[in-house]
Amino acid sequence: MNKIFEVPLYPYQRSSDQDATTPPRHPVVVIGAGPIGLGAAIDLAQQDVPVLVVDDNDKVSWGSRAICFAKRPLEILDRLGCGDAFVDKGVTWDTGKVFFDTREVYKFNLLPEGGHKRPAFINLQQYHFEKYLLDRLHELQRQGKPVELRGGNKVMSVDAQTDHVKMLVDTPDGPYKIEADWVIACDGATSPVRSMMDLDFVGRVFEDNFLIADVVMEADFPTERWFWFDPPFNRGQSALLHKQPDNVWRIDLQLGWDIDKEEEKKPENVIPRLKAMLGDDVEFELEWISIYTFQCRRMEKFRHGRVMFAGDSAHQVSPFGARGANSGLADTDNLCWKLKLVLDGKANESLLDTYDVERIHGADENILNSSRSTDFITPKSEISTLFRNAVLDLAEICEFARPLVNSGRLSVPCTYDNSPLNGADVKTMPERTRPGSPALDAPVKDGWLLDKLGNKFQLLAINTDAPDDFSAQNISVETIRLDVSDEVAERYLGNEKSAIYLMRPDQHVAARWTSFNADAVAGALAISIGN
Amino acid sequence: MQMQLPVLWRYQLETDRETLKMSKLITTPNLTDPDGFYAELLALHEGLDKDKSDAINARLILLLANHIGDRDVLRQAFSTAKAG
Repeated sequence: MNKIFEVPLYPYQRSSDQDATTPPRHPVVVIGAGPIGLGAAIDLAQQDVPVLVVDDNDKVSWGSRAICFAKRPLEILDRLGCGDAFVDKGVTWDTGKVFFDTREVYKFNLLPEGGHKRPAFINLQQYHFEKYLLDRLHELQRQGKPVELRGGNKVMSVDAQTDHVKMLVDTPDGPYKIEADWVIACDGATSPVRSMMDLDFVGRVFEDNFLIADVVMEADFPTERWFWFDPPFNRGQSALLHKQPDNVWRIDLQLGWDIDKEEEKKPENVIPRLKAMLGDDVEFELEWISIYTFQCRRMEKFRHGRVMFAGDSAHQVSPFGARGANSGLADTDNLCWKLKLVLDGKANESLLDTYDVERIHGADENILNSSRSTDFITPKSEISTLFRNAVLDLAEICEFARPLVNSGRLSVPCTYDNSPLNGADVKTMPERTRPGSPALDAPVKDGWLLDKLGNKFQLLAINTDAPDDFSAQNISVETIRLDVSDEVAERYLGNEKSAIYLMRPDQHVAARWTSFNADAVAGALAISIGN
Repeated sequence: MQMQLPVLWRYQLETDRETLKMSKLITTPNLTDPDGFYAELLALHEGLDKDKSDAINARLILLLANHIGDRDVLRQAFSTAKAG
């Protein structure tokens, strides 16, 4: 039987654009049908923005690749109307264990707090992830939403003008031309679009190699993230074991810098390494083998006129921390509502510059965390190894050393502090829902708070009221009234008795007050769309 | 109504407040029985090979750093140690 990633799911089909005499103009073209490109297309199509996705491939991700998806991206998927498929299939986990040599030195729980619809993390193969996004895209097409996906369409050139972008697209039937008002380049870490536009991508290279082996086996290891420093089966290096659906296990072994990649990838060399780890008597089958090196880097700017970069094409981090695909989804979460407002003429083009401000802030946070994790996992000098081992030794006996153990600071949502879109704050309200923060979930009387938020501007009224028909800046704002529960009080009121929150379409807090004032809300709304 | 100070003054005032809040690394004698302390420190490493001693020193730095807790004091200690 073919694996899902061997089946062409969006095979090339000739489009009428290829017979056009003048290049057809599309409002938005997304380049790349990976997780980020598909997420962008679904987001825009849901808002009735016509969107065309082109990809030179016609299948989902080859191999499982990105496997850890954090709570915030799952909430974004809920907003995109498809979170259940991912969570139902994914392996839910929240516990991590750290081993040093043969000893367990530290155990952590990523979501010690209740009252959230989604778990801290799920593990899901990237091919399943992309398949479910494709299912959602096809569902939107059936509902008549303006989204089209063209497989076997490879962008050969990008000519960015001041008010549109010209592209040459190659197909099995030969090349054709299209134009777009806006382009979102989601074409991965090696982004051909970035190269075609001759744009920078500088950062730090880490001189190390990691072997990924995804194996299929019946094993009774718990659904936890197990990370080893210097284990007997991979001396002087690190190792990771993590469960995926369908009895697939991710094994990640650090190999060091001076290795022969082609040799190491051969099953006859991989299998003895795995047997050393799993034991001789464990039966397994290799699903996918890959060797990777990584860099931590980003583009200087993500917006280049009419071309916006999102996901790995804009920024790249080490895999420790699950900050790749997760942050890419946060990129388009941030971008799509802004693009919609600009296309509708409700906001100035300069609103898109705040995509740079907010997501570069996110990328820098990820690069910082990811670089620090990597420096801990793979010490670069004798003295850094000494301190790393001292931390691990102490972690076993002293609580203070445990927060210093860094086997990957796992992806947490980014708060857009200092964003020019942030409005009024009330300092006596909880810090974690300050302007710029993503909304915190809470149980509400008929479900979950986050299921009520997103895709439009909204007012949250807690223990006070706001009008049903408020509008400003040609934008109508929906009011959601919340009863005060313990979670709502703790997450949204703090020391105050009542609150009004202005929420952005990406579920982030724009501003907050203790009561409704039309002028204040109108002012904050103007700020939050850059006017 | 409160009088507004010029921006530069306010900045200077804040900076002074920050400096005042900052604890200073103690660099004057603070140990009772210095000779006794020194003998205990050497005894800790007595008969150990360099790897073991290095590991103990690293653990010691981490334990003491956590005990001190104040990042400003630690930064002063880092720079004093480096200059020494």
